Amino acid sequence: MKNKYSIFSLIKNAFSYHENWEKAWKDPTPKKEYDAIIIGGGGHGLATAYYLAKKHNMKNIAVVEKGWIGGGNTGRNTTIIRSNYLWDASAGLYDHALKIWEGLSQELNYNVMFSQRGVMNLAHNLQDVRDLKRRTHANRLNGIDAVYINTEQVKKFCPIINTSPDIRYPVLGGTLQRRAGTARHDAVAWGYARGADEMGVDIIQNCEVKAIKRNGDSVEGIETTKGYIKTNKIGVVAAGHSSVIANMAGLKLPLESKPLQALVSEPVKPIIDTVVMSNAVHAYVSQSDKGELVIGAGTDDYVSYSQKGSHDIVEGTLNAILELYPIFSRMRMLRQWGGIVDICPDASPIISKTSIKGLYFNCGWGTGGFKATPGSGDLFAHTIANDEPHKLNAAFNINRFVSGDLVDEHGAAAVAH
Amino acid sequence: MFIINCPFCGEREQSEFKAGGEAHIVRPKQPTELSDDQWAEYLFMRKNIKGVQLERWNHAHGCRKWFNMVRDTSNDEIKAVYKMGEKPPIE
Repeated sequence: MKNKYSIFSLIKNAFSYHENWEKAWKDPTPKKEYDAIIIGGGGHGLATAYYLAKKHNMKNIAVVEKGWIGGGNTGRNTTIIRSNYLWDASAGLYDHALKIWEGLSQELNYNVMFSQRGVMNLAHNLQDVRDLKRRTHANRLNGIDAVYINTEQVKKFCPIINTSPDIRYPVLGGTLQRRAGTARHDAVAWGYARGADEMGVDIIQNCEVKAIKRNGDSVEGIETTKGYIKTNKIGVVAAGHSSVIANMAGLKLPLESKPLQALVSEPVKPIIDTVVMSNAVHAYVSQSDKGELVIGAGTDDYVSYSQKGSHDIVEGTLNAILELYPIFSRMRMLRQWGGIVDICPDASPIISKTSIKGLYFNCGWGTGGFKATPGSGDLFAHTIANDEPHKLNAAFNINRFVSGDLVDEHGAAAVAH
Repeated sequence: MFIINCPFCGEREQSEFKAGGEAHIVRPKQPTELSDDQWAEYLFMRKNIKGVQLERWNHAHGCRKWFNMVRDTSNDEIKAVYKMGEKPPIE
């Protein structure tokens, strides 16, 4: 049993200058065999392991991670959480996640700094207005809080936005989801890792998967840089590298991996207390608790695993940001980075069994997976444990690309995810 | 960002180009004969290689012509450029 984090443990450890905190997770050497192995130690993978142990009583499991946990897209995203998706299947999936977010810090005894500061999406032309109104109605029919607001209300909610009618893409209105917001991305990975470790899950870092061993139509183990590990259930949550892992098992996925960029500014005093996203001009911005503006840019259109994107993508985003927020014109950007996102043709994820027995994939989250982390882990754990999807992820099966029953969220979501 | 050597215009910045995805995916000769699995393979399934990949590109803000490229997707290094209908210069 791990020591509970509380004000008392904080005071107690202050006496020893915070040098004797118990390790949040162990650094085990892999066993010879596990009941299940999760490939990928990001938020989704760690959450999957956590729920497998907690809800499905599978304790003899491992998470194998090529680098360090949370070092991939979990630590590279812009931390936005919302559930205002158009289609019923997506609304069910993302709102399931949002409901878990609301109690996650308590459940994990780890402060994930979940902040329901609201997410506002802007409309810049007549079609945007129609689309956003339609989505608001769809959200409300699905029990998701969403309101359509006019330009004056946008200005009132976020006063630094330039709502002048003479800018290139004037603000004609917007939508607001008040339950939406942000969380601290690293804390999510660390909290789930600590929780999973406490229940006996082995979290094995610096362990790259080199091959997947098959016995006919089922899996029997993985070859890694730390040796061969036997298992008959493998859950792959490898984000941008999903196709690479799939290739090891002789599978082909409907994915393309592309660089997605983000950047943060120098820290400043609180200036924007919500998240504002704009689909038409592709700019979204929020402010971290440290005071940095967190800005999300777009994806490049070519396949790349290089974790860096093109400069013109950043330039386009900053042009839009400056027009909407002239107050930021003299801000300096501190850091810029890229992450590799795996994009499905319908911009919806895959949480599914495959044609190979014991091989499961959770991928295709594209540019918007962070918000779904708890729900994705919960549903993927259910799928692995029962060898059947939960009703909330049944629509996100891999077979939809054969049947044609796609969940087309391209542009249907509030922003390009 | 990288520089692309358009076979028609010469070296230009990548931002002038539009990526067209995996190359040499042949359009089905008899679409009416295709099964759902074959349609899925043609429309959606991609190799998405980490490493040397054959791709189509279009010089969208230039000559607007299509061509093929051999590129290493792990570091964005372009190995070769060749015209549509030509065989890839390396396997």
